Amino acid sequence: MTAITHHIPDHLLASYAAGTLPHAFALVVASHISMCNDCRAAVAAHQAVGGAILEATSASPLSSGLRASVLAQLDAPARAEPIYDRSGIYPGPVVAALQGQQPKWKALGMGVRQTILTADAESNARLLFIPAGQAVPDHSHNGLELTMVLQGSFSDSTGRFGIGDVEIGDEDLDHTPTADPGDPCICLAATDAPLRFKALIPRLLQPLFRI
Amino acid sequence: MMTFDIDISHRRALTGRPRHEGKDVSKVQSNYSEQTKWMLRVKIDRDRAAFAALFDHFAPRLKGFVIRGGTPAAQAEEVIQDVMLTVWRKAEQFDPHRAQVSAWIYQIARHRQIDIARKEARPVPEELKEDPGAEADASQILAIEQESEHLKQALQRLSEDQRVIVEKAYLGELTHQEIQTQTGLPLGTIKSRIRLGLERLRHDLKGLRS
Repeated sequence: MTAITHHIPDHLLASYAAGTLPHAFALVVASHISMCNDCRAAVAAHQAVGGAILEATSASPLSSGLRASVLAQLDAPARAEPIYDRSGIYPGPVVAALQGQQPKWKALGMGVRQTILTADAESNARLLFIPAGQAVPDHSHNGLELTMVLQGSFSDSTGRFGIGDVEIGDEDLDHTPTADPGDPCICLAATDAPLRFKALIPRLLQPLFRI
Repeated sequence: MMTFDIDISHRRALTGRPRHEGKDVSKVQSNYSEQTKWMLRVKIDRDRAAFAALFDHFAPRLKGFVIRGGTPAAQAEEVIQDVMLTVWRKAEQFDPHRAQVSAWIYQIARHRQIDIARKEARPVPEELKEDPGAEADASQILAIEQESEHLKQALQRLSEDQRVIVEKAYLGELTHQEIQTQTGLPLGTIKSRIRLGLERLRHDLKGLRS
């Protein structure tokens, strides 16, 4: 595996640690951390700041029964939460978003396929499958877009992105990322722009017609 | 205004028992902080008295913490109960080489608050698998504690304005855009801590993944 060279910026890691990152971006951060010890350690550092703030919080009085109630529940059976490990090219958090199933790909044309993983009012995330040599669709940035490579690689004017790398797209980034020769490129892409299914296909074809 | 009550007992004794490295390290060293000792006794021995001590230390702090972090006062004790039961149930995931107890509980508390608010689990990274044969490395555990102490002191030295911003950021009152544009946020104070954590992670993972 090639080394990860494109990481998550610190303010997004701090926001992830504090729990304020929109869900789809948190999915990308959790996936990246699963493969990147540098960013895992950086999140741990932010959690240490949070811990220091917790330590410094003044003690508040608790209801009289709370302590006994908690101690009495130590032996109670706990609901087991499913734990999703890495499966093939997909890091654990992506497997969790897929609920352990294989992605259900939907064709977008020109060999490009997508699977929506999560979508809410704030953000959405999808898997994109891009054949080698093909341009990555949907790349105007209305807000923030994080694109993490899970298989293959893509390149644009800002550089080459391999497995585990995350590209940060914002309003200032105008580019045409293209899947490199070799394996098809599979990416996890999260954005806070609304989903625009209808617009996706024409906009996907746009860069191809321009060539 | 925020008050900072510093419990002198948190400060580990630097003197006393000579520090052993490697094989001679007992599982719970007497020069660890009280919280680390309690947490390790819960993790290793399922020690209820140690858990009660953790409860008495953290639960009253968690109350103000979760209310400031957006939980309605009426629900705060429910969250505290969930958080403390998670501390008991997931104690085996606590690794003192990588996190101070307060940092670990912070993360559990923020998770719980978000999961309740969203009614959906927040994406979490894959757990690092601890090598069951690995010896405890007391020097690393103490180094993490020392860094946490430095961090706590650094936070106390901040100006009132800066401290308010830091607290807002880590209590979940700022969006990622706001964290990015807040020039008063002293993210640099945590750099040494990042370095230490990295060293340990690289050490831990050598041979586990290639």
